[in-house]
Amino acid sequence: MSIVVNKISKSYKEIEALIDVSLDVKYGELFGLIGPDGAGKTTLFRILTTLLIADQGTATVAGFDVVDGYKNIRNSVGYMPGKFSLYQDLTIEENLTFFATIFGTTIEENFDLIKDIYLQIVPFKNRRAGKLSGGMKQKLALCCALIHKPKVLFLDEPTTGVDPVSRKEFWEMLKRLQKKGITILVSTPYMDEAALCDRIALIQDGKILEIDTPREMVKHYPKALYNVGADNIYKLIQSLRSYEHHYSVFPFGEFVHYTDQRTDFNLDELQNFLLDQGLRDIRIEPTLPTIEDTFMELAK
Amino acid sequence: MENQLVIEVEKLTKMFGEFRAVDAITFNVKKGEIFGFLGANGAGKTTAMKMLIGISIPTSGKANVAGFDVITTAEGVKKNIGYMSQKFALYDDLTVKENITFFGGIYGLRRSQIKEKTAQMIAELELKEVMDQLVGSLPLGWKQKISFSVALLHDPKVVFLDEPTGGVDPITRRHFWEMIYKTADSGTTVFVTTHYMDEAEYCDRVSIMVNGKIEALDTPKKLKEQFEVNSMNDVFLKLARG
Repeated sequence: MSIVVNKISKSYKEIEALIDVSLDVKYGELFGLIGPDGAGKTTLFRILTTLLIADQGTATVAGFDVVDGYKNIRNSVGYMPGKFSLYQDLTIEENLTFFATIFGTTIEENFDLIKDIYLQIVPFKNRRAGKLSGGMKQKLALCCALIHKPKVLFLDEPTTGVDPVSRKEFWEMLKRLQKKGITILVSTPYMDEAALCDRIALIQDGKILEIDTPREMVKHYPKALYNVGADNIYKLIQSLRSYEHHYSVFPFGEFVHYTDQRTDFNLDELQNFLLDQGLRDIRIEPTLPTIEDTFMELAK
Repeated sequence: MENQLVIEVEKLTKMFGEFRAVDAITFNVKKGEIFGFLGANGAGKTTAMKMLIGISIPTSGKANVAGFDVITTAEGVKKNIGYMSQKFALYDDLTVKENITFFGGIYGLRRSQIKEKTAQMIAELELKEVMDQLVGSLPLGWKQKISFSVALLHDPKVVFLDEPTGGVDPITRRHFWEMIYKTADSGTTVFVTTHYMDEAEYCDRVSIMVNGKIEALDTPKKLKEQFEVNSMNDVFLKLARG
């Protein structure tokens, strides 16, 4: 195992940030930690990168204990924090050289690893980091986290606030890094990115809700799920909520995802109910749950 | 009344030196409409929005928001709109109640009005228990819902929401959108930016900015038909990737 987390708990005064968290990440795996702001993702990253000590439990990264082997871990991992943490008044090239030197290496020595990413920002190599766009900052931070050829890469919300195009490109970069044998632990609040991981852990309020492959994860969804559409979405949501047999009602893109309390229920009956409520263009059809549906059901 | 325009923008442009951050954009937004303002990072959304809320002067073109010209009567614009950003929402070291009182005062509400609005918010958002807590101690989802309500304190004609749901959990994100539907249903126009493409589907109409220009503007349904794809995510990828 590349990362082993065994019953880790951590509190900040009365706030329990992590409660009895356990998970394993295999060598070369792309593992996603999926959960909203405040779920405890950053706390777990900080414990695994030896920046914070857990109250309880143990963990190893690349075979080293996070407490006793902290120096070894620091040499073997790359960490890209959620908040941009490079030197704003150094240029792209200076930042990269700085990080290479700290780790006793050079840009040239591991150039192969960062080449794809670095070539995209090299036209701006003399620009100060503080003057870069969000997308370029993100690429530079990734280069700096990779420059010493880490065995394990920690990426804390690398795509938060990033547009869909840049997010897609970023994930393509991660896939290429994974092929080079690097284990990657990545956190994200975007549920659609979960599908791109080998395995995912859903986390909320400091607790792991479930760990599985994205494909298996959606099979944990316990209910028959329906897409419901109508001419007025707001009115549709209100009407479905007022339907006495409803179990869950959530807007989902152009439809509302609906589940019923009963195991077998009559679609016509619901259709008629909605018609009586004054809705038109009603569509009700079975649909497959997504990771987001599963998350919401488990988080209830 | 139905087709009353709350935002009218014509060839609005903003230059930074030689760089055209916003390049002659033209569009209208109706009363009670939910308008999604999308674009990649750096496409010019924030710059455009700053002009619409009266805090950045356009290089050329014109815009009328909530009945006021953004160039000649920027103060009128500011008084008649609500604005909520992800970065700056509420004061963390004030309680929920103090924040409401403070912003109510800023918006020029009378004490009695603030009292009435506070009671209304407590009831609608079920805030009773957290009323005297510091905002900084609340989960992000709570903060976002409260700051949305605060942006509506003075009954603005239009409310601007800049990535209101970033990082928020999926259930709260949906509660937030129900608040948006409700606001629009009551006649307030909602102008919203987001990076969640499923949220783009919730909008009545959506515009997509690419390199300072509006490259697409229509209902989500028509945009999907136009680009022959199944989701707004694909529309976005097709457009913004060129």
